[in-house]
Amino acid sequence: MLHIVNKSPLGHAALDSCLRVAQGGDLLLIEDAVYAASAGTLFEPLMKDALKRFKVYALQPDLEARGVAAHLIEGIAVVDYGGFVDLVTQNKTCQSWL
Amino acid sequence: MKFGIVVNEGPYQHQASDSAYLFCKAVLEKGHEIFRVFFYHDGVNNASRLTEPPQDDRNIVARWSKLAEDHGVDLVVCVAAALRRGIKEENLAPGFRISGLGQLVEAGIQADRLVTFGD
Amino acid sequence: MSEESSIKKFMFVNRKPPHGTIYALESLEVVLITAAFDQDVSLVFLDDGVFQLRKGQQTKGIETKNFSPTYRALDGYDIEKLYVEKESLDARGLTEDDLLVDVMVLDRKALGALMDEQDVVLSF
Repeated sequence: MLHIVNKSPLGHAALDSCLRVAQGGDLLLIEDAVYAASAGTLFEPLMKDALKRFKVYALQPDLEARGVAAHLIEGIAVVDYGGFVDLVTQNKTCQSWL
Repeated sequence: MKFGIVVNEGPYQHQASDSAYLFCKAVLEKGHEIFRVFFYHDGVNNASRLTEPPQDDRNIVARWSKLAEDHGVDLVVCVAAALRRGIKEENLAPGFRISGLGQLVEAGIQADRLVTFGD
Repeated sequence: MSEESSIKKFMFVNRKPPHGTIYALESLEVVLITAAFDQDVSLVFLDDGVFQLRKGQQTKGIETKNFSPTYRALDGYDIEKLYVEKESLDARGLTEDDLLVDVMVLDRKALGALMDEQDVVLSF
């Protein structure tokens, strides 16, 4: 299953909830959730822990828009919108953690 | 593959409409089909033809209308959510149609994938 | 298409509290419509979404519609699969007795596994 999160984990619980409930699969960070892909934040240890269970992706245009495309946590893959579409097709279902 | 898309937030206020639009374009570029885009909650405001963004900004509503015109994408606005927010036939942008929530359920049934963009 | 193959597993995930925003009410409207399509419907209440089911909601003072009794009517629409995450209840000092309707309480892992079984997941 593809889990899509769109909120910064530093201000919202959506990513925490996703990581608590979902047991694994693909995780795509879009919109404000791309801050979770940045190295050096308070959330980094939790993200590194999540990488043991999830394949984690971050949306490139959202990273670039926010000036955080450099210094990503190691192991997080970057995709464009085409890659986003591919992730949806590769997974039987997807869930947006709104 | 057939995609259903749900847009739950209004234009400009939230990035959801932009993300949904860019996702739709990528779906079509990949050769997939969009069964329907369903606008719910404040997402119904994407359908207002009274929208007038500044000249140097993207026109989110017109962009949806063009997607419908160029690719025949079915843009459906939830009637109950629309009436609550003053979206009616008389201010509906080209390419959109107003219909019931059943259209969302049908998209869930008919499409191979349903992707939601919201807050 | 046979009748069997046209039935999909729909899951509605409610993570937001009622009243502060319209999401809970409009989610319920989708759920009621979905019931008419004879699909396999599950509702999940997670995080602040569990407050949607809290007993004793009185909206007179905020002059909004109190839609909380509608959760009790879901049974009449053959919507019987209501799931609540145990960790969300615990975090809010709630037990099943605080809720308006009978629910199935699942721990986070069981709930995660249930999500993986779905065909369509709609979040509000």
